[in-house]
Amino acid sequence: MSTLLETKTGSDLDGKTPTGPIEERWDRHRFELKLVNPANRRRYRVIMVGSGLAGASAAASLGELGYHVDCFCYQDSPRRAHSIAAQGGINAAKNYRNDGDSIYRLFYDTVKGGDFRAREANVYRLAQISVEIIDQCVAQGVPFAREYGGLLDTRSFGGAQVSRTFYARGQTGQQLLLGAYQAMERQIGLGTVAMYPRHEMLELIVADGRARGIVTRDMVTGEIEAHMGDAVVLATGGYGNVFYLSTNAKGCNTTAIWRAHRKGAFFANPCFTQIHPTCIPVTGDHQSKLTLMSESLRNDGRVWVPKKMGDSRPPEQIPEAERDYFLERKYPSFGNLVPRDVASRAAKEACDQGRGVGPGGRGVYLDFAEAIARLGAGAIKERYGNLFDMYERITAENPYEAPMRIYPAVHYTMGGLWVDYDLMSTVPGLFVTGEANFSDHGANRLGASALMQGLADGYFILPYTLADYLAQVGPQPTDGNLAGVTEAMAEVGARVERLLAIDGDRTADSFHRELGQIMWDHCGMARNEAGLRKALDRIPELRDEFWRNLKVSGTNEELNPALEKAGRVADFLELAELTCIDALHRGESSGGHFREESQTPEGEARRDDEHFSYVAGWEFTGVLSEPVLHKEPLAFEYVHPSQRSYK
Amino acid sequence: MNLTLDVWRQRHAGDQGRIVRYQAGGISPDMSFLEMLDVVNEGLILGGDEPIAFDHDCREGICGMCGFMINGIAHGPERATTVCQLHMRHFRDGDSLTIEPWRAGAFPVVRDLIVDRSAFDRIIAAGGFISASTGSAPEANNIAVPKQDADSAMDAAACIGCGACVAACPNASAMLFTAAKVVHLGVLPQGQPERKGRVKAMVETMDGLGFGHCTNIGECAAVCPKEIGMDTIAFLNRDLARSAVLTGNGRA
Repeated sequence: MSTLLETKTGSDLDGKTPTGPIEERWDRHRFELKLVNPANRRRYRVIMVGSGLAGASAAASLGELGYHVDCFCYQDSPRRAHSIAAQGGINAAKNYRNDGDSIYRLFYDTVKGGDFRAREANVYRLAQISVEIIDQCVAQGVPFAREYGGLLDTRSFGGAQVSRTFYARGQTGQQLLLGAYQAMERQIGLGTVAMYPRHEMLELIVADGRARGIVTRDMVTGEIEAHMGDAVVLATGGYGNVFYLSTNAKGCNTTAIWRAHRKGAFFANPCFTQIHPTCIPVTGDHQSKLTLMSESLRNDGRVWVPKKMGDSRPPEQIPEAERDYFLERKYPSFGNLVPRDVASRAAKEACDQGRGVGPGGRGVYLDFAEAIARLGAGAIKERYGNLFDMYERITAENPYEAPMRIYPAVHYTMGGLWVDYDLMSTVPGLFVTGEANFSDHGANRLGASALMQGLADGYFILPYTLADYLAQVGPQPTDGNLAGVTEAMAEVGARVERLLAIDGDRTADSFHRELGQIMWDHCGMARNEAGLRKALDRIPELRDEFWRNLKVSGTNEELNPALEKAGRVADFLELAELTCIDALHRGESSGGHFREESQTPEGEARRDDEHFSYVAGWEFTGVLSEPVLHKEPLAFEYVHPSQRSYK
Repeated sequence: MNLTLDVWRQRHAGDQGRIVRYQAGGISPDMSFLEMLDVVNEGLILGGDEPIAFDHDCREGICGMCGFMINGIAHGPERATTVCQLHMRHFRDGDSLTIEPWRAGAFPVVRDLIVDRSAFDRIIAAGGFISASTGSAPEANNIAVPKQDADSAMDAAACIGCGACVAACPNASAMLFTAAKVVHLGVLPQGQPERKGRVKAMVETMDGLGFGHCTNIGECAAVCPKEIGMDTIAFLNRDLARSAVLTGNGRA
C-alpha cells in the first residue's frame, strides 16, 4: 500500500496560467487564443458529456457559435441533471448592495475560503465572469428574486460578509439549469445540438494521443456505440456518491471521469470532498440518499446542542442556560455562518462528545424560534417556506414549532480531473468543466460558488479555449475507423459481459453501501493515518469480492438498472482507493480535508504550506499498481496564505 | 409494515405488459416510496429476477424524473408531493397498492414504470425559451421586473416536467406543462418580443405530438407536485387567441 514515504512522484504539472497583472490575464489570454472562422465552425463536432449547468451552457453557447455538438446524459431528459437540486444561490461581484463587494473581494474570499489550494489566476477569472453570468441568466428569463422596485435582490450566504448571492427562492439551481436547458433546446430546434438522453458514457476514445470520442451504452436497448468528434468535454459532475450516502442524485457517478482517468487524464485532489453541515439526519439502514437543507437557513437559524451529555429532554424543555450554541461560542465573529467545513466538524465534535440529538445521537438542532419571534412566522415562511415544507415531508416534524435536526453529509467534491487554465486535461482534446474538474475551489468550496463555476466554464470560458484547440488541430475525420475505436468498444462490451457473468450472491447496491461506510468512517469529516490504512486494506478486498460475488440479473440488451448500477459501483471501488491514497499522502489539514495529526492546540485545522502547497495530480498506472503523483506547485502572489480564522 | 403491491411489468415498448403481485415486508414508515421499492428490488435481483424499473434521480422532489400512479393517483395520495418525497407513514400496514406507469399516447412505456417523456423536450425546443445568445445580454439591472411579475414567473417556472399532469388528464393533454412555460416567459419583460410566436409554436407542437386537447377539467392541477394552477391555462388561452388575431413577430 501507498505511504507518504513511498509515494511515487513524477514530473511537475504546468497549469499554463498567463502571467502579468492578475486583472489583465484573462483579457490578454483571450486575445492570444486562436479563433475559428465562422464559416468553418460547422465542420467541427464536439462531444459533450453531461447536461447540467456546465454541460448545457457550453452546448448552447457552442451551438450558437455554429459548432456541431452531440450532448449525452444518462437521464431521460437533459433538464434532470443534478444542478437542478442546488437551492441557495449564485454568487456574483455586482456590488448592487454598495456593501463593499468587488471582483477582487470575491476573488480574495474564494481563494481564502478554498484554504489556499486553488490557482489564483483561475479564481480571479471566475470572479470577473460572475458579473456576466447574472446578466446572461436574467436575459434568458431566469426569475431571480426581486425588490419591490423591480431590481434584483441579493442575500448574504455561507459566511460571506457581503450580500452577493442572487437567488430564485430555494430553487436557484433549478432555474439556472432551466435557463441553460432552454437555450440548449433552442439550439436542438435549430439543429446545431443533437441530444442523446439515456446514453451513458462508458469509455473515452483516444487516438493518436488525442481525445476523439466516447463509447456509450444506449440504456434502453443496450447497444454499445462509438461517437466521434474533434474534442470531448466531460461535464459529468462530482463523485460524492463514492460515500454511498450523499446529497447527490442517485445516478451521479464517477464513471465518465474515471474512465478518462484510466486513459491518461490525471485526477487532482480526490481527497478534497465537501461535507455540508445542514442535511436531514439518517433515519435507518434503508436510507438511499440524504437531503440538503439550504445553507441559507443558517442566516436565521441558530445551531445548538444540550450542554449536558445524553440529555434526552425534548428541545422545548431544555432551558436557555442549558443550551450550547457552539458555533456562536467558538466563532463569535462569524457565529452560525462559518464556512461549511468548520460548521460540519463542530457538529461532529458535539455529537462525538455525546451531546448529539435525535435517534442515534447524530444530529444537532437548527432553531428558528428566535427568528420567528423577531420577524414573525410569515417572514420566515417567505424566506424558507419550501425548505420547511420539505423538512416536514421527510421527517413529519414541523420546524415552525420544533427546531430542525440536522447533520453533515457529503455534498460536493472539489477534486476532479486535473485541467490547465484552458480547462484541458492531460489528454489533449479532453476538456473538463464544472464539478468534474478540480480547478477553482481549492480544498473547500464556498456556498453559492458551484453554480457560478459551472456557468462560467460553460458560457464564457470553454467557447474561447475550445476554439483555440480546434483551430490548432483542424477538422478531423469522424468516420469511426480510427485506431482505438474498435478496441474501446470491445473493452466496454467485455466489461459488461464480465459483470453479467459473475452470478454471485450480493447486489451492486450492497457493495456500494459497504464501500460508502468504509469511506465515511475513515475518509469522512476527520481522517487519520491508521484509519486511512485500514480503508486501503479493506477497499481492495471489497473490490475483489465484488468481481467474484456480484449478482446482476437480466441481460445487456434491455433497460437494466441492476447492470447500470454495477458498472458505476465498479468504478467507485477504484476511485475510493485513490481518494484514500490522496488523503493519506496529504499529511496536512486543508479545507474539507481534516487530518487529525495536523491540528492546532484548539483543535482547528492546521495547514502545512511548506510541504503541501500544491495540487496533487495522480496518474493512473493500473488497478493493482500505485498511482504516480505529479505536483502542480501553487504560487500566491496576491492573497497571501494565512491561517483561516473565523473566531 | 407489510404491503401487497400490484405492479405493472412490461419488458419493452412492444411487450403487452401485465400486473404482477409482490409482497413487500419489513417496510419502515420512515422510508420513502422509492426506498420501499428499492427493498423489493434487492430481493428480486438476489432471486435472479429483474428489478422493477422506475425512473428516479434526485430523490428530493426537484428533478422531475420520478413519477407513477399509485392506486390511480399520479404521485400517490399526498398533495404537492412527488413519489420520491412520499413517505410510507402515509400508508397503513396491510395496504394493497396498485402501481402503474403514466398512461398517455404521447408517453409510450419504455419498461415497467418508465415512460418516454421526450415529447416535453420537443415542446420546449419549439419555443419554450428566450432567444438570448451567450454574450448578448445587457446589464442585469437595466431590466426592471416588478416583484409581482417576477413572483408569478417563478410560480410557473417551478414546474419540474414530471408529466403527472398528462397522466392525470382524461384527455392526456400537456396543457398545464405548456402553459407553465408560456406564463413563466410571458409575464417577464424579457419574454415579450417572442411572446406571440412562442405560444403558437408550442401549442402546435404539443398538438402534433399526440397530446389531447384541454377541456378545463383540472385534474392536472390537482396532482401537480409543484401546485401549478389552472390560471396558467387561462393565460395561455388568452395569449393564443391574441396571437391568432394580432400579427406575429415572424416566428411560427
